[in-house]
Amino acid sequence: MLQGKHITFSYQDPAKGKTDVLADVSFEIREHDFIGLIGASGSGKTTLIKHLNGLLKAESGEIFFKGKNIYSKKYPLSELRKKVGLVFQYPEQQLFGRTILKDVMYGPLNLGMSEEEAGKLAKESLELVGIPEEYYQMSPMELSGGQKRCAAIAGVLAMQPEILVLDEPAAGLDPETKHEIFELLCRIREKRNNAIVLVSHHMEDVAQFANRVWVMYKGKIAMDGTPEEVYSRVEELEEMNIGIPQITHLTYSLIKEGVPLPRPAISVEEAEKMLAEILKEEKPL
Amino acid sequence: MIKIENLVHNYTIWKDENTKSEKTVLDGISLDIPSGQFVAILGPNGSGKSTLARHLNVLLLPDEGTVWIDGKNTQAKERLYEIRSRVGMVFQNPDNQIVGTSVEEDVAFGPENKNVEPEKIRRIVEDVLRKVRLWEKRKTPPSKLSGGQKQRLATADALAGLPECLVLDEPTAMLDPSSRKEVINIVKELNQKEGMTIILITHHTDEVVDADRIILMKDGKIIGDDIPKKIFADRSLLKRAKMDIPPVVELGMRLKKQKIGLDEPVLHEQEMIRKITELYRSKCGGWKDAAR
Repeated sequence: MLQGKHITFSYQDPAKGKTDVLADVSFEIREHDFIGLIGASGSGKTTLIKHLNGLLKAESGEIFFKGKNIYSKKYPLSELRKKVGLVFQYPEQQLFGRTILKDVMYGPLNLGMSEEEAGKLAKESLELVGIPEEYYQMSPMELSGGQKRCAAIAGVLAMQPEILVLDEPAAGLDPETKHEIFELLCRIREKRNNAIVLVSHHMEDVAQFANRVWVMYKGKIAMDGTPEEVYSRVEELEEMNIGIPQITHLTYSLIKEGVPLPRPAISVEEAEKMLAEILKEEKPL
Repeated sequence: MIKIENLVHNYTIWKDENTKSEKTVLDGISLDIPSGQFVAILGPNGSGKSTLARHLNVLLLPDEGTVWIDGKNTQAKERLYEIRSRVGMVFQNPDNQIVGTSVEEDVAFGPENKNVEPEKIRRIVEDVLRKVRLWEKRKTPPSKLSGGQKQRLATADALAGLPECLVLDEPTAMLDPSSRKEVINIVKELNQKEGMTIILITHHTDEVVDADRIILMKDGKIIGDDIPKKIFADRSLLKRAKMDIPPVVELGMRLKKQKIGLDEPVLHEQEMIRKITELYRSKCGGWKDAAR
């Protein structure tokens, strides 16, 4: 659906001169993908996602959305921004509408839709994120932290994106609210058939929901595979200064100690299953 | 060090200019924290953790009840600065707390404001920057620091006031896992080497398995107060406080259910590795003996 070829991007730093942030990045987002994008701070994650809807323009390389080059002169970038929705970190800081409904309608109205149409889309999106109707006329500031974040996500959903990109959507939330946000993402993906790109520090969350993981390191996508494939490469991940899930590290250490697990586990459930198998069975190895 | 009795705090919510309502954020908190203790406070968003923290530094005053810092009632206005200097605060976003153009200037800002003599300021700055391992970065502008380094600088700022107690309000919420570790390790060191009283507010249960004591808050009340081993063994209590069980503890509990011999909650990864390796060795060792 969205394809990037040999993207490079650099910032001008008055002190150090040119710093490369993206160094020849190629990628493909397929329909219905749920991609977890991980990497240490400064690895280029945020810069990369800003390229996905044309907020930043690559210095070299090309990006194709459904086969069309988004850098060609005639390409309507506003159309792309509708199709690729970006949710930044702490999106609730961008809530500003007088009422929750107005806030969510802002995006569609800005894209040139009628009041009626925008209202319909806004209500649909608010319903999807689980904000009940009696809240629509309240000020966004009266919502709880988790609800505010959901309202901000609804604002992006109302533009009916086909790819939803979120930068650390659960940062600063308590564990239960965090789970709710991730369940919401799964629901959105099922209902709207979206592709999702999730940027997160927390590999645990990524492991649970993503079907693919991209690991960014020094401006490159250094790994691209299923969570199981990527999390088996414990040493490389540690070298890239990526905090791996505790449970992965634990099972990895067990393997090093000679406990014959098939590979490092990516979840507690998986670790339990693997360990139960070898610790319970009575048969010889 | 800190004693709280029946603390109540209400916020006023203005619906419009004329109508207001009150919301109780702290609903009768009583707490006694001895000097040198490492206390973790866990609880969902909106449970009152941060409000409680602000009472410890006299940023807020009780609506009902009393807070004593080192035996001094925080209501005593004439001793405000004295009381406040006992408790250093570190907040979630270090950028809000950093003012200097270089790391050392930033740390010196607090003591300078209190008219400490220059010679003494120099000693304090060196001392606290060494403690948070930023001495090598003393000439660096704070904007060039990583998130974890900034949070360590904010910690140094708090330490420069020479407090006896450090309150950290979700200091790792905005950090990546390796920066989180940096900050938590410094906090643990301050507690162990310096005997600093630590009150750490966090959502990350894995950061607090080494705490002396865990306090669970919900709806402005304390719903749990015990050592980590006890707290993390109580699944329903954690669920009520909307907290996750640390993965290692969770694995141990699941294995125990499967009747794999782990008798008590295991909190640390190293301990778990040792126990499972032992279990495994005794298992296949046993089998080999039988085969002979």
